[in-house]
Amino acid sequence: METCTDFDVIVVGGGHAGCEAAAAAARMGARTLLITHRIESIGDMSCNPAIGGLGKGTLVREIDALDGLMGRVIDAAGLQFRMLNRSKGPAVQGPRAQADKDLYKAEMQRCLLTYPHLTVRAGAVENLLTNGQHVRGIIVNGHEVTAKATILTTGTFLNGVMHIGPEQIPGGRYGEEAVKGLTPVLKRLGLNIGRLKTGTPARLDKDSIDWSKCLRQEGDHPPQPFSFLTQDFQPNQVPCYVTHTTPVTHRIIEENLDRAPLYSGQIHSVGPRYCPSIEDKIVRFAGRDSHHVFLEPETRFGKSIYPNGISTSLPKDVQEAFLRTIPGLENVRILRYAYAIEYDYVDPRELDLTLAVKKVEGLWLAGQINGTTGYEEAAGQGLLAGINAALKALGRPETLTFDRADSYLGVMVDDITTLGVDEPYRLFTSRAEYRLTMRADNADLRLTPLGIKIGCVGSGRAEAFRLKQEALDAVKEKLNRMVFTPKELNMLGFGVNRDGQKRTPFDLLSYQGVLWADLVKAWPELESVAPEIAEQIEITGRYQGYLSRQAQDIAAFRKDEGLKIPPLLDYRLIGGLSNEVVGRLEKARPATIGAMMHLTGITPASVTAVISYLKRK
Amino acid sequence: MPSYELNDTIYALSSGLGKGGVAVIRLSGKAVPAALYQLAGLEAPRPRYAYFRPLRRQDGTLLDRALVLFFEGPHSFTGEDVAEFHVHGGRRVIQSVLTALGDIAGCRPAERGEFSRRAVLNGKMDLTSAEGLMDLIDAETEAQQAQALSQLSGRLGALYEGWRTELVRYMGYLEAFIDFPEEEIPPEKLAEIDAHIHTLIHEIAGHLDDHRVGEKLREGFQIALLGEPNVGKSSLMNALTQREVAIVSQIAGTTRDVVEAHLDVAGFPVILADTAGLREDAGEIEAEGIRRAVKKASEADLILHIQNSETYPSVKPLPEAIRSVPILTVWNKADLRKDLPADVLCLSAKTGEGIAALWDAVKGILNDTFGKKDGLITRERYRVALQECVYALNGALGNEALELKAEDLRMAARALGRITGRIEADELLDVIFQEFCIGK
Repeated sequence: METCTDFDVIVVGGGHAGCEAAAAAARMGARTLLITHRIESIGDMSCNPAIGGLGKGTLVREIDALDGLMGRVIDAAGLQFRMLNRSKGPAVQGPRAQADKDLYKAEMQRCLLTYPHLTVRAGAVENLLTNGQHVRGIIVNGHEVTAKATILTTGTFLNGVMHIGPEQIPGGRYGEEAVKGLTPVLKRLGLNIGRLKTGTPARLDKDSIDWSKCLRQEGDHPPQPFSFLTQDFQPNQVPCYVTHTTPVTHRIIEENLDRAPLYSGQIHSVGPRYCPSIEDKIVRFAGRDSHHVFLEPETRFGKSIYPNGISTSLPKDVQEAFLRTIPGLENVRILRYAYAIEYDYVDPRELDLTLAVKKVEGLWLAGQINGTTGYEEAAGQGLLAGINAALKALGRPETLTFDRADSYLGVMVDDITTLGVDEPYRLFTSRAEYRLTMRADNADLRLTPLGIKIGCVGSGRAEAFRLKQEALDAVKEKLNRMVFTPKELNMLGFGVNRDGQKRTPFDLLSYQGVLWADLVKAWPELESVAPEIAEQIEITGRYQGYLSRQAQDIAAFRKDEGLKIPPLLDYRLIGGLSNEVVGRLEKARPATIGAMMHLTGITPASVTAVISYLKRK
Repeated sequence: MPSYELNDTIYALSSGLGKGGVAVIRLSGKAVPAALYQLAGLEAPRPRYAYFRPLRRQDGTLLDRALVLFFEGPHSFTGEDVAEFHVHGGRRVIQSVLTALGDIAGCRPAERGEFSRRAVLNGKMDLTSAEGLMDLIDAETEAQQAQALSQLSGRLGALYEGWRTELVRYMGYLEAFIDFPEEEIPPEKLAEIDAHIHTLIHEIAGHLDDHRVGEKLREGFQIALLGEPNVGKSSLMNALTQREVAIVSQIAGTTRDVVEAHLDVAGFPVILADTAGLREDAGEIEAEGIRRAVKKASEADLILHIQNSETYPSVKPLPEAIRSVPILTVWNKADLRKDLPADVLCLSAKTGEGIAALWDAVKGILNDTFGKKDGLITRERYRVALQECVYALNGALGNEALELKAEDLRMAARALGRITGRIEADELLDVIFQEFCIGK
């Protein structure tokens, strides 16, 4: 590795992955370059003007817990904030916000352009600078720029092609050119490249919609912010509206199916099942004669409305015809037509848990290039790649990785790097086995300490976190000291078994229907506890039985990873290891099973072979 | 359970050890075509076609002339490319062919059970079928053979997998409510789930309430010979097994430890155990034998309580610990006393008189126990997992919190998955997207 490079870390792309990657690397103290086509496009929301949702919202909290940008930017740029699943348990709630996309972009650019250690430049990256299987930087506008680590976050731009009916327009996003030069070099480096599809609906003119025919949806009062740092949160919220498709809409689409690239054979690649185009929904659920359409503002003052639920690749005339059959849209003016987009992605099984490309030195990939979808998924990967690229570039020996039991970020990275993707990957809470433990409300408790340790959390957040942790510990301790007999508790109005078992107020929270407010009524001295601390106590109290069972599962899951491998172990004694694997292990001499798993060329089967050998001993 | 590198090609002698007319050597994995070419000179062999070829070492030395078969993956036992060499069953021939295979790049000897393991990993069979295969290889009686064949055919696996798939569907419904709250999911789906869970609990509980018949059939029906010293238990043991398995003498307390024999009784596996005679004033070593006798008898499926005909009709009561085990009272030494009533089971281990009648009585009990049942729980590990499943399902039934109900169902499905070796992975999402129209 050369000692003198132009930068420590180069991030290619200014989407949601690129922004977090560049900011994280810079926060770690690496001299970082963010290079993108157009500085004005940094932080653009190419599709849905919203951040968060179930699973995704938790991921945004995790990014925030590691001092990422997304949470703070959406808190500043949101138009409407809602906690989804408010009627269900806290483990499956997720914050979601409508964004003013112009404001979001502006706020993100403001953050990045003044970020310490970060340089932002416009330019078209034509190629990677390689030396065998080693990436040494990029070639931009004919100039070489070198770095110790390069992160590609090119989204849907690699050989992107947009489809509007029979029209095919090369491009990475509406009005922006595709990237052609990078796919060949990735192939030359031996990476497995595939193709995926996604789509976006038309944009509609606010003034041409008859809002009286639509149902109004308000934000939460009071709204909850994304960022753990946001204080005095009083955004000026705007409503969204809901309308629906009709049998006539469905008939028009059915009659024109042969003109939809998805059905005419023009598009071969696979799109996401959870975000189907309207023609997909009508074919697959032929029995339904109506689907919801959510009308979401793209900005506070502008004209553009995003009709959520009707993305399509149908030709323009069909789009016009079917839109006008939707109540409220009878006279709608289309500002921009819907399109489907096909793009290249890299099989994420090429990546390790830091999102570094296994067979290439000095290259990380993050975001849609890895076959995922969603701003939040992209941002999370960007953060992870940024931190690890910085660690490597700064010559630090450690890596930062997450697992299925500590974060949604860990679930996502584990899923895509071990299973690969066969449709654009999106997070759901049902992907997380330990979702009762990994909640939106405790993302900081789970991750901020890891971030402080590795150095990606600034001093302001570290201090705020320390105060919160101390306050939480103090209340826990106080509750542990409050011990009561069943008789005393029954007198206070809590119907517990008269079994002689003493209980604390915390124990009572696991009883169905007992809330923190009930405790405060019985013990007025608890009234002084800060709301965010009380919330934490209430949730962990409610889930305590399940949480301790999950803690056992997690301990069993992690035990193997922590298993020490004797430094002089003779790998040839372990049945079932190929000579190649033995060779690699003898060379690397990993200290633990966890370290062994992160070596290249080590299959899960050989990991289990070593584990069972160590356990037999 | 050990696990092994899947990229290697594995080989092993698949027929029994020792000399024989034919021995079968099996090979599975990516290097099969290379091995067929190097060893047998076969290039692109036709699958499932028998070739008669000379087998040669790399230096050209002839090892044997053998029948060679190629099974192209996935249409093979393991799901990978498989080859079989049917060689002459001599030790030197077998050894030399195995050595030649070991010299081929990427080949190594198979670990125990590794062919079946690959079949499971490649989805050719589930874990219960693989265990059925093990049982078939171990089967010693007709009834064991029938049970193992049924299990190998996937019958038990299909039952458990059916339950699990059903559970995954209900989980899918719950998850759809949780992950897609703004979608138009019919609320009656949620109401259906509890009724289904209830039915499922009932079915699994019925399956569990089987008196462990399947496990007994696999492991053997345990019969303990129990009685006072010198009533002729060991003589009867020898008479029943038609072998000298137990030492017989005139001295009371000759049998100190439990002596076992495995028998095939009308196609059912029986483990017959001779035990130390029960008496109060035994010495230290004999007392230990008696403790073991009582323990053995308390775990048995049937006790033959042996009495001396000479003392008829007085019967010494058996210890408390074994009262729950079915008991058949047998009067031995019938040659010494002729006046016992006709409905009493009496016999003489010495002359053989009455032994056939005892066998008839035992066969009757075996037939009543095993009957013509099929699809039974054959292993303790299945039972434990099924109990865990029922426990979790009961938790789910009463739970109003959707996320906790889902957690209970996940535990229940995971317990069933442990039996068949299936894991949920992306199944949940498949259910969600197939059954509901999702997507804003």
